[in-house]
Amino acid sequence: MSSKRIDNFGKINRDKIISFSWEKKNYFGYEGDTLASALLANNIKIVGRSFKYHRPRGIMSCGVEESGALVTIGSFEKRDPNVRATSQELYQGLEASGQNAFPNVNFDFGEINNYLSRFFAAGFYYKTFMGLPPFEWGSGTSIWMFFEKIIRKAAGMGKLSRLADPDSYEHAHDFCDILIVGSGPAGIAAAKEAADKKLDVILVEQDSLLGGDQIAEKEFDTNKTLDELKNLGVRVMNRTTAFGLYDNCVIGLIERITDHIYYDKKEIPRQRFWTIRAKHIIVGSGSLERHIAFNNNDIPGVMTVNAAKHYLNRYGVLTGKDIVIATNNDSVYNTADLLSQAGANVIILDSRKEIKLDNFNNNIQVKFETVPYSINGSRKIKSIDIADAKHQPYTKIDSISCDQVLISGGWSPAVHLLSHRGVKAKWNAENLCFLPGDTKENITMVGSARGIWNKSDCIKSGIAGALDAMNHMGLSKTNYFFPKEGGWSNPIQPLYEVKYNKSRSKSFVDYQHDVTADDVRLAHREGFISVEHLKRYTTLGMANDQGKMGNIIGLSLMADLLDKDIPEVGTTVFRPPYTPISIGALAGRNVGKHFRPLRVTPMHQWNLDNGAIMIDVGLYQRPWYFPKNNETLSEAYIRETTTVRKSVGVCDVTSLGKIAIQGPDATEFINRVYSNAFAKLPIGKTRYGIMLRDDGIVMDDGTSWRLSENEYLMTTSTAQAGKVMSWLEELLQTRWTDLKVNVTSVSEQWAAAAISGPRSREVIKNCLENPSLIENSNLPFMGFISANLKDGTPCRIVRISFSGELGYEIYIGSDYANSMMDLIWKEVQNYHGCLYGLEALGALRVEKGHVTGAELDGRVTIDDAGLGKMASTKKSYIGSAMRSRGTLIANKDREQLVGFFPVDKKETFDAGTIVCEKNNIKGSGIGRITSVTHSPELDHWIGIGFVQGGKEKWNNKTLIGSDPVRNKQMELEVVSPHMIDPEGKRMHA
Amino acid sequence: MIRIKCPYCGERDHSEFTYGGDASIKYPSLDASESEWTDAIFFRKNIKGFQKETWHHLNGCRMWLEVERSTITHEIKSVKPCHPDLQKLMELKK
Repeated sequence: MSSKRIDNFGKINRDKIISFSWEKKNYFGYEGDTLASALLANNIKIVGRSFKYHRPRGIMSCGVEESGALVTIGSFEKRDPNVRATSQELYQGLEASGQNAFPNVNFDFGEINNYLSRFFAAGFYYKTFMGLPPFEWGSGTSIWMFFEKIIRKAAGMGKLSRLADPDSYEHAHDFCDILIVGSGPAGIAAAKEAADKKLDVILVEQDSLLGGDQIAEKEFDTNKTLDELKNLGVRVMNRTTAFGLYDNCVIGLIERITDHIYYDKKEIPRQRFWTIRAKHIIVGSGSLERHIAFNNNDIPGVMTVNAAKHYLNRYGVLTGKDIVIATNNDSVYNTADLLSQAGANVIILDSRKEIKLDNFNNNIQVKFETVPYSINGSRKIKSIDIADAKHQPYTKIDSISCDQVLISGGWSPAVHLLSHRGVKAKWNAENLCFLPGDTKENITMVGSARGIWNKSDCIKSGIAGALDAMNHMGLSKTNYFFPKEGGWSNPIQPLYEVKYNKSRSKSFVDYQHDVTADDVRLAHREGFISVEHLKRYTTLGMANDQGKMGNIIGLSLMADLLDKDIPEVGTTVFRPPYTPISIGALAGRNVGKHFRPLRVTPMHQWNLDNGAIMIDVGLYQRPWYFPKNNETLSEAYIRETTTVRKSVGVCDVTSLGKIAIQGPDATEFINRVYSNAFAKLPIGKTRYGIMLRDDGIVMDDGTSWRLSENEYLMTTSTAQAGKVMSWLEELLQTRWTDLKVNVTSVSEQWAAAAISGPRSREVIKNCLENPSLIENSNLPFMGFISANLKDGTPCRIVRISFSGELGYEIYIGSDYANSMMDLIWKEVQNYHGCLYGLEALGALRVEKGHVTGAELDGRVTIDDAGLGKMASTKKSYIGSAMRSRGTLIANKDREQLVGFFPVDKKETFDAGTIVCEKNNIKGSGIGRITSVTHSPELDHWIGIGFVQGGKEKWNNKTLIGSDPVRNKQMELEVVSPHMIDPEGKRMHA
Repeated sequence: MIRIKCPYCGERDHSEFTYGGDASIKYPSLDASESEWTDAIFFRKNIKGFQKETWHHLNGCRMWLEVERSTITHEIKSVKPCHPDLQKLMELKK
């Protein structure tokens, strides 16, 4: 093993030394290194362990297709697993370690799997662990669940820290005329051509440097190119991956901002998630070099040919001393020359009969019609056995000692982004690769992503791509043509697998998941012959690299087995993302408190100042309870409920939806929307109303007040406020376009407080400029008035009751909410009243059997809710035709709203409890409890919910409440949902 | 990643809108029979190609729009207000 840094090669900055750690030992690299190049420079060859067999793996490429050098970067909460060492830039203090190994990648106990590999063929766990072999004992039991845990532990790659991500991420949006993916020769040519025509161009490059494959050319100057592009006005985004292409030329990018430096603050985001809308997309995403399947083709020291060129010319690292290059195409010869110049002994194995090449160094030995057969060595390469390409089955004819094997089995254009658009790739038999298919969208493929292999043609294709884009955009009508794909002097020859003639070979097709050629053959034998089945059965093309290197070999093997051509076997669809994306980038800033917007009422701070503990209700935060002297939740809400029933309490009810309905047809409109009669509601009166959906199910309930002849104020539940507003707009704009009505949301404009309890009238009296307005004669139940508070602020007072007590709600302009609360609270305290929150509000309404969202859950009809008598029989309204449709009422035993008492009055229960018949406790039972509370007035727990047949059927019979989640059962008694003051004497007082 | 040209607000991202439903449905009168309502509520064509659908510009001008959209490519052929009076108004504005 002898990879080392050499002089006179590479573009790294040798003046700047960078120290980093690998497996807790310190090493040095240079500015411009990746972790992979620095590891190679330090001659570290084993950097990973394979997924299943825990075989030692080295660095196999120099880019995003890497499937050997997957490492873990950082520690503790900064720990980032499965990072490709080949794309990780080196920085001062970088901590990296191997993964999927115990105790470490150099010596891993898991390697025993390699010797037991015949038990781990494709699909082994599905077959083996359904039951215990040999007779599948335990099959059909949960034995699989037991084994699953062990298997999951043994398989898999890096481990997450399980700590919260300390970094910040950002979402950003932008627009441009042309977005170009990839800064290879084609991408740069396209960018220059388009920018020259004054178009707004964004050029995206996943690498830190521009240039693509040209970076490995000695004479290419990446900084000069960057300057040229910037001077032309091109917006260059390096360290940015185009991970997905979507409808209408929307492209998703991940910009890596601090991944290449040491950064432990939060001010700068670690990554930025871009959504960019371009008028045209040019994809010059390049192509990826394939390997060849042969025995032991994964021993550390195996690499793609082009990677060795990049390590030499970009990083100044010569990756081997005695190098064997195995190929079937022309692309390796230039690299062989370079490696030889750098001092390596190079031998080329070319499967072809003969080739003609200009400018090739004849000192390099080329063995034609020779293929790699098997590598000898386990932790490093000792030698390679070679075979005669003409004689099948292949047999070993010779052995060459070497320390590195470079492979090139051909090139696959990166058609991923076009595949995201559902465009199928076309097989090109001449160049043995899938080429991008045709699309009608504004997307143009250029360069080697189009299957063009030589640089001058790539540049031509880039210019053609820019002209194509401008023609599409209607900016020019220039004639242009794309150079033909291909471009090698000698044709490539098919070579996917060199089949080993002994059993138990390890010819890897897909390194990432340890899929071997034998696994593909096994899948074929067992009938998994479609590409999609092949993928799922063998895991070929899954995981981190998504088959970037192995897919085509797998397809060719299956084609061979089926005696078909590759295009007939088909190809799997590539889906976003092109390379893995951190979850943090997807979440952006929508984490923690910013996960969703927060809505607060105008008296939010007032509530907090007065000791409220808040609870989330939809987007709102509402007071939950107001603890006194360290009370618990239950102590507080029981005290609050009792105080309201005995004296008076005040509660913030601002979050209810409020809609102003105005216009000459307002009455007609509201009468069509609600199921109960509204046409004759007098001015100055309010009414409880129930809205149904078109299909006859309850949508929402609330009150509406008639302010004048043509003006109403509608209130809705907090949860349905937005939906009801949209629904009213839909009806007016799409169905009843002849009605002259306007609806406006005024939820934010009005603040509201409920004052409930026997002393509430006295409290309000003391708050008003004109106390007589509140007298029973002037403001009876379900009436409302306009009045002024003592300080002169105008308000509206409505007499309605959710608590069942004498109750009012005061509505006031939002800006006056705090002064109103100060005024009311002072008076409430004079009557030893309290502030109450949502928990007490719930307790009060459950005692009264009032329904809310927990009951009106989109499955309940107005009859189920016990409110059927309210529905008008004299008019037609939304849902009237459907509320009594056959399918809804055919079942006479529909679940009806009822109240529940525990038979043993000391017993408690929870919402969600399933109600069952006594000797039939199973499944979904015959009902459910939807809301529960302790009732201070009855002094035991009560609930409301639904049961088949309702109270009539279960009167005086005992049912069972089953709560399997909390492992609880209790006996229940079915009662009327109106558990307190059923005649409503109190609220009419 | 649809963008809809709202006749009032201009071209906006789909995230400002909510999808309504089939715009070709003629809802029967409220006193129509159960079977007419059943047809209007439950039966939908599964169109491959252009279909008329309603979208609500929820986080914009709150107009209900009739959008002709291809279910295959998401291409949008036309956008107009659902309300005929608003349609006329938008024509005048042009």
